[in-house]
Amino acid sequence: MAHVDRQAWDVVVVGAGGAGLRAAIEAREAGMRTAVICKSLFGKAHTVMAEGGIAASMGNVNEGDNWQVHFRDTMRGGKFLNHWRMAELHAREAPDRVWELETWGALFDRTPDGRISQRNFGGHEYPRLAHVGDRTGLELIRTLQQKIVSLQQADEQEFGAYDARLKVFQECTVTRVLKASTSGSAAGSGKVAGAFCYERESGRFFVLEAPAVVLATGGIGKSFKVTSNSWEYTGDGHALALLAGASLINMEFVQFHPTGMVWPPSVKGILVTESVRGDGGVLRNSEGRRFMFDYIPDVFKEKYAQTEAEGDRWYDDPDNNRRPPELLPRDEVARAINAEVKAGRGSPHGGVFLDVSTRMPAEVIKRRLPSMHHQFKELADVDITAEPMEVGPTCHYVMGGVEVDPDTAAANGVPGLFAAGEVAGGMHGSNRLGGNSLSDLLVFGRRAGLYAAEYAAATAARPVPDEREVDAAEAEALRPFSAEDEQPGAVHDGGPAENPYTLHQELQQAMNDLVGIIRREGEMAEALKRLAGLRVRARRAGVEGHRQYNPGWHLAIDLRNMLLVSECVARAALEREESRGGHTRDDHPTMDRRWRNINLVCELADGRTEADPALGQIRLSRRETPPIRPDLLGLFEKEELVKYLTDEELSR
Amino acid sequence: MSVQNVGGRETDGTDGTGGHGVAGQRGEARPANGPGQAQGGQSGAYLAHFRVWRGDADGGGLEDFRVEVHEGEVVLDIIHRLQATQASDLAVRWNCKAGKCGSCSAEINGRPRLMCMTRMSVFDRTETVTVTPMRAFPVVRDLVTDVSFNYAKAREVPAFVPPAELGPGEYRMQQEDVNRSQEFRKCIECFLCQNTCHVVRDHEENKAAFAGPRFLMRIAELDMHPLDAAPEAGLDRKGTAQDEHGLGYCNITKCCTEVCPENIKITDNALIPLKERVADRKYDPLVWLGNKIRRRGQ
Repeated sequence: MAHVDRQAWDVVVVGAGGAGLRAAIEAREAGMRTAVICKSLFGKAHTVMAEGGIAASMGNVNEGDNWQVHFRDTMRGGKFLNHWRMAELHAREAPDRVWELETWGALFDRTPDGRISQRNFGGHEYPRLAHVGDRTGLELIRTLQQKIVSLQQADEQEFGAYDARLKVFQECTVTRVLKASTSGSAAGSGKVAGAFCYERESGRFFVLEAPAVVLATGGIGKSFKVTSNSWEYTGDGHALALLAGASLINMEFVQFHPTGMVWPPSVKGILVTESVRGDGGVLRNSEGRRFMFDYIPDVFKEKYAQTEAEGDRWYDDPDNNRRPPELLPRDEVARAINAEVKAGRGSPHGGVFLDVSTRMPAEVIKRRLPSMHHQFKELADVDITAEPMEVGPTCHYVMGGVEVDPDTAAANGVPGLFAAGEVAGGMHGSNRLGGNSLSDLLVFGRRAGLYAAEYAAATAARPVPDEREVDAAEAEALRPFSAEDEQPGAVHDGGPAENPYTLHQELQQAMNDLVGIIRREGEMAEALKRLAGLRVRARRAGVEGHRQYNPGWHLAIDLRNMLLVSECVARAALEREESRGGHTRDDHPTMDRRWRNINLVCELADGRTEADPALGQIRLSRRETPPIRPDLLGLFEKEELVKYLTDEELSR
Repeated sequence: MSVQNVGGRETDGTDGTGGHGVAGQRGEARPANGPGQAQGGQSGAYLAHFRVWRGDADGGGLEDFRVEVHEGEVVLDIIHRLQATQASDLAVRWNCKAGKCGSCSAEINGRPRLMCMTRMSVFDRTETVTVTPMRAFPVVRDLVTDVSFNYAKAREVPAFVPPAELGPGEYRMQQEDVNRSQEFRKCIECFLCQNTCHVVRDHEENKAAFAGPRFLMRIAELDMHPLDAAPEAGLDRKGTAQDEHGLGYCNITKCCTEVCPENIKITDNALIPLKERVADRKYDPLVWLGNKIRRRGQ
């Protein structure tokens, strides 16, 4: 297919959120010609919606903080399933990544002595989140965006073109990671060779050839009905990695943020920042009770206040009091809210009450939580300075993702493929702490960019994309336009063309109802059956119109990715017979130490099953995680480790 | 007309056909497309009359739709319902649907707004809701415009200059000194201010010489940054605002401030102070006038 336009770059970064932009900056500063490709406009990525802050143990507000404390909190939050090396690198490097943002023009809120202010958040022992009111994600994305522009300005000075060494392809989608041909003597056989892309505006196909591709595509939340995620979150990077031969881990762990809006229906799921609780907001049920005191799990008993009086004192005197249980990790709070609503103690619209109006003066609320004030006033007619909010759990984040080398962010098994941010797995274990996402983006975005650049620079002969892969990618992308004449002889293709919007809604409903916050074996088996049916129908997803800015077509293409990742979530969740972090089984309600060091690995099934969509596309296997380094284990008390680790691990 | 607080000066008394000639410029309305399907299954649901501009760079026009509306919905919900049920290829740009990303800018009954933050409850149920693309930018398709003008202007503003003597972690700034620049950094780059600013809205010829309110505000933001080392680097931000980015075109009519979904006081807090700083260097009659008016108000 000689008619597909091609461009050669050194590093291609897929996604322009925090991880993608940070990777691009690093790769470009390492001297590589770097292309960033993103589905939205530059500066609109999902990172913009992050509210609370960036976790980094700078110790500006409490000098007791350091990377070891941050590491401990992260491991506890993830119920010790985290890849310990990622958690270590993250905790060690986060402060440098935040400080560097200041040198690029970021303006964080300040402490009285002029340093970066830090706020309390769930699961963090000390005030740790650098923030800008409740719009920290916007500050992060804008700072990285403006740093990219400054690099482009430098290139314009030197080469006369802004795009000479760093170019953003905005409103473009990648549908396939391309590899070099495995047959014959082609350079880089089986290695990453580029990406197959289309412009959303024109529908035009093009290929970006590059020896290194960094996936930084974010999460999968659009597979669920109630979600805080935007339309972009269709699991693209997860699917691209699978299709390129990489593996995903921890896909059963999906974080339901405890506080999403529940009313009106059209805004259901929109995020209410954890800062509301970090700054003093409390959760109450319909009886007015602060119910979180009833839900402190054993593993956290010693660390949380047992009375309201103690919890309230903690805000001013954290050294002599324990924190209120509203600041437990997100999985605990989400389950508690779910249980209260189920027990008939919910709010009128099926949530619980989150109240800040009786806790702080109106002026303080408006200053510290300006977007929340604005959001509730504009969208729900609720004045949060005068009345409580109604909130309930919303699908927010996937802990699972591409299995990577912790130091280099290189994807296992696919030379030239890297992944960072939400699309990468391992860092957060079974549950992510609030504030650890933005720092994750920066720490591992930088590492992915650095090592992708090193890899590209060391590639002597550039791998050439396999022509057959290019042809197949083009045919695959065009299929929705000829849906009705698709494979007339095939058994499963007898029906009429399907509306991609309808398929998407059915997928979201199935995942929400059957693989949601509380899971049961029978329901997950049913989910897999429904996914199989949807997969068959998705092959007939058809669209009207032409290729120019056609949202129906874009959705039909994204459906492939959502179906793949949804199957990963459902299969892994069915397999893990325990409850841990963002995976709660009604039929296996407790955490089981024997699962502590088991990762569930998802890979694309072989060609035989792929040919029959009803059988499923994912093969699941178990992999034991590497033992935690002794000096890191030494950071914990033995009595605490006993709750998590197997006897065998403890006796090592 | 029940939408308040935006663009009143230019668009009072719109007739529901897109404010000030948008529809006319882009072709005639076509007849209704597809039957509405509201059955009132949900409490408070009703059938609304929507007119949506459809077309591309070669032309187009308003199409009529009858479409179901439920309690609490915003205009973007209705556009999405049209996509899902009546016009699967209706092009619209959006992202967060929470007023944080600034992607879904359009003109609703002629007024520049975010579709995700415009609640249907602000309209009378019998009122026709007309949705047209932003007028100051070329149409790509339907409600999607080519906003590359803004990205080009962004590149022309010199970046933050870090102070040479301070390393990472050594920055010290007082909250009161960063408040002003932080206000400007609330900008979500929806480009509604760029779209509404009369300097470029009907004057394509001014675009080359005028950065627009968003990027003049960016210059003000950097100029007010407590640690920006532009002067040490030989960069005069105030001077370039006037000489290279067209600050002089702005005659402080505050249209930009009125449409800002973040309620940033672009004119009062960014543009006028920037003009005053420029005026320290040379006389600007508008600044003189602005000062007089503001003093009278106090």
